[in-house]
Amino acid sequence: MKVVVVGAGPAGIRAVEQLVRAGVTPTWIEESPDGGGRITQRPPAGFTRSAAALYGADAGRARRLHATLDAMKPRTDWRPDTLVWNIRPQDRVLHTQTDGAAQAEVPYDALILCTGAMDRVLPLPGWTLPGVTTLGGAQVALKAQGVGIGAKPILVGTGPLLWLTALQYAKAGAKPALVLDTTPFLTKAWQAAGMMWNAPTFLRGIGIMAALRLRGVPIAEDATPLAIEGVEGATALHWRDAAWKEHVTPCDAVALGWGLKPESQLADLAGVPFDYDALQHNWVPRRDAAGRAPVAGVYMAGDGAGIGGAEVAELSGARAALALLADAKLPSDAALTAHLDGRLRTEARFRAALERAFPYPAKLAARMEDSTPVCRCEVITAGELRAAAAADAPEMNRAKAFSRIGMGRCQGRLCGTPAAEVLASALGVTVAEVGRLRGQPPVKPIPLQQPAA
Amino acid sequence: MTATRLLDQDRPGLIFTVDGVEVPARQGDTLLTAMLTAGLGHVRTSEFGDGGRAGFCWMGACQDCWVQVAGQGIRRACTTLVQPGLEVIRR
Amino acid sequence: MQADVLIVGGGGAGCSAALHLAKRGVRVVLLERGLVGSQATGVNYGGVRQQGRHPAGIPLARKSREIWSRITELTGADVEFDPCGHLKLARSEAEEAELLRWNALAAEHGLHPRMIGRNAIRERFPHFSDVVIGGSLMEEDGSANPRLLAPALARAARAAGATILEHHAVTELAHDGAAFDVRANGTHFTAPWLLNCAGFWGGAIAARFGEPVPVEKLHPNMLVTEPLPYFLRESLGVVGGDLYLRQIPRGNVIFGGGRGESDAAISVTRPRPEAAFGAMQRAIAVIPRLAHAMVIRSWTGTDGEMPDHFPVLGPSRTTPGLVHAFGFCGEGFQTGPGVGAVLSELVMDGATDVPLEAFDIGRFTAAPGAV
Repeated sequence: MKVVVVGAGPAGIRAVEQLVRAGVTPTWIEESPDGGGRITQRPPAGFTRSAAALYGADAGRARRLHATLDAMKPRTDWRPDTLVWNIRPQDRVLHTQTDGAAQAEVPYDALILCTGAMDRVLPLPGWTLPGVTTLGGAQVALKAQGVGIGAKPILVGTGPLLWLTALQYAKAGAKPALVLDTTPFLTKAWQAAGMMWNAPTFLRGIGIMAALRLRGVPIAEDATPLAIEGVEGATALHWRDAAWKEHVTPCDAVALGWGLKPESQLADLAGVPFDYDALQHNWVPRRDAAGRAPVAGVYMAGDGAGIGGAEVAELSGARAALALLADAKLPSDAALTAHLDGRLRTEARFRAALERAFPYPAKLAARMEDSTPVCRCEVITAGELRAAAAADAPEMNRAKAFSRIGMGRCQGRLCGTPAAEVLASALGVTVAEVGRLRGQPPVKPIPLQQPAA
Repeated sequence: MTATRLLDQDRPGLIFTVDGVEVPARQGDTLLTAMLTAGLGHVRTSEFGDGGRAGFCWMGACQDCWVQVAGQGIRRACTTLVQPGLEVIRR
Repeated sequence: MQADVLIVGGGGAGCSAALHLAKRGVRVVLLERGLVGSQATGVNYGGVRQQGRHPAGIPLARKSREIWSRITELTGADVEFDPCGHLKLARSEAEEAELLRWNALAAEHGLHPRMIGRNAIRERFPHFSDVVIGGSLMEEDGSANPRLLAPALARAARAAGATILEHHAVTELAHDGAAFDVRANGTHFTAPWLLNCAGFWGGAIAARFGEPVPVEKLHPNMLVTEPLPYFLRESLGVVGGDLYLRQIPRGNVIFGGGRGESDAAISVTRPRPEAAFGAMQRAIAVIPRLAHAMVIRSWTGTDGEMPDHFPVLGPSRTTPGLVHAFGFCGEGFQTGPGVGAVLSELVMDGATDVPLEAFDIGRFTAAPGAV
């Protein structure tokens, strides 16, 4: 039986572990040279920081994940530096490109997609300026490269990553000039009870906020970012506080992020239907609690199958592999399966509270100024998108056809979420009703010049 | 913009070129890190007249940091490690 | 709902028919299964090309080209029509001879493409490789944005009084000798006229009325690059048709060649990597500078293809009031506006100035030995 696992983050690692345990030798495809995921990403060779320095409270989990990653690589057909850019589900074939060039077709009988997530953004005037990154980007810079996106950055958004990144920057010697959280304190406080479903994580979050205050990092909650200012690069953030007073805070970089969105393009190309998850505020590929997609032979786990965080990714990765094994009548661990199902149910309650505590600021997106570029690839503004709505575009793909929103190099990865808010608001319908941008191959750009076969 | 070297920077130095100009970097830097810490400000220019771009996501998702690398074609600066003598051309 | 004319299919032909009929005061209802312009009209290359067509198709292409020249005025919208010229390239002496042969035929039909020889083409198009040995330039040809045409025609048709109903898949079709009864989305529609503009699916409608035709699915395999510095104004084709390529002023190069595929199980069409690689290779062979570009998106959709490469266009042989217009074999984007005009003339005037003999459905159903 040919099993392919796409992605070597926490979900992929734990999926492969279960497959290998059952005697299956999967093909394991990872886009980066190493694997390990984003939260527990390892720097390239030559960096010397300890796991404790790199991952803080996640160090133990990181060490265990990396140990499994390294142990599993030789027991699989390990293919790093390899992008899966297309799927032909009817023939069960993946199309891959290794090291930016070499093409291959990878057949499969069963496929586990562990494709991860990326930051969810809210476009602001000036967000295309050099010096503006995602929160995840700011964190990757520090963790995997030891650099800060600036020496006095401003971090903007909401969610655990905002606070964690702020503390990491402060500790590294690049004290943030401001941490701007669009969520009011009370919204977060109301969800405290729900977040006790994962008490250690919740208490750690409380600790991070306290540590930032102790270090004298300026914090604004229930605040509104208005514009990033600068000519050659970001030099200040124009924002409004909870009392509607406007400020201009100088900085040398800005990081933006409002939670995460699944990187689910491959599930889309595999023919998996999507459902709108109002709580997550994301379109998520349809799967059962074990990770089975309605498309035969396709399984999904980790944030790419709906945001759950790194811990859930590990659980769901193992769970999807067990589902695959059971479906294939191969030996699978029933006790572990039951244990994972229980853990996943508990984590889902925590996640629900977390999503309520750190909501995507949909209203800010909907009210975006006409001149703000929503699509940074093709520089398509909110005004152009609203013109598409006026020209009778009832859903996202028609809006794309009319306005070119989402037609650039990133294929709507970044603009999809805010564009849906703008369109829904312009049409006076819900964001679920305007749908989502359909996936089209290649999942990421491929060169016209292909190496000779 | 200028990215700031903060931690774990005790790595061997090397030289590569950007648009024909020699730029210092360190082993293990991505092209994005090397170009932005060297003060180059941007890694590509937007085709639509709104100035320079310096990447955005740092993780291979946003597709906003493509550069030309001699002998390697078009590469994402954030997912390509710098090597001594590498010739980068900004687009 | 009662109408004078029912149209099934909201592609370029159907929407243009709705517009032309509505402008003449006809009560017209157009039924579209999805959104207008979602299939062949919306996903094709966007070529507004007369060059290279079979002589039997030239009068229709010319009629349509005349409408294209006033498409902005007709629709009240900018569909990015640009008469930028169509340059058909020869990559061998045999291909050059083929260009000369067609140009002589075209002259008899009032079209006047211009041959460009080896030296002139090198001078005028320095980006071409030595593979290109000559070309034929049809200056009045060009391109438009396929995503915009059908919606613009539909919008204008609505403004002129037509009823355009999207998400109205036809589930029943009947004719009682005098009128059609069509059921779509739970509603009955009746009219003495039915225009079959349903693309590939037009074959099923024809079959329903006792006129089966050998229509096959055609999935054009399309690709687009990232934006590149603007270097090419003309829309390009090659003899043999295995590559077509144009650059929009924003910089993206749109090209195609070969066929995509459909997946009946989940009712989607997909571009095919093998076809994409072939088109990419041929594009670089003609324009080497494209080697340094990235493909950012690919797509396909469904058109109808006939074995003789002519569409089915004209009155039914079995059912009075039924007029077919489908199976445009990848060439329907340019002719769509003209087909709509022809259909409106057939309904209103009982005749059209475009010869339709070659497109008669009877070539499949009436002639002895037909398929």
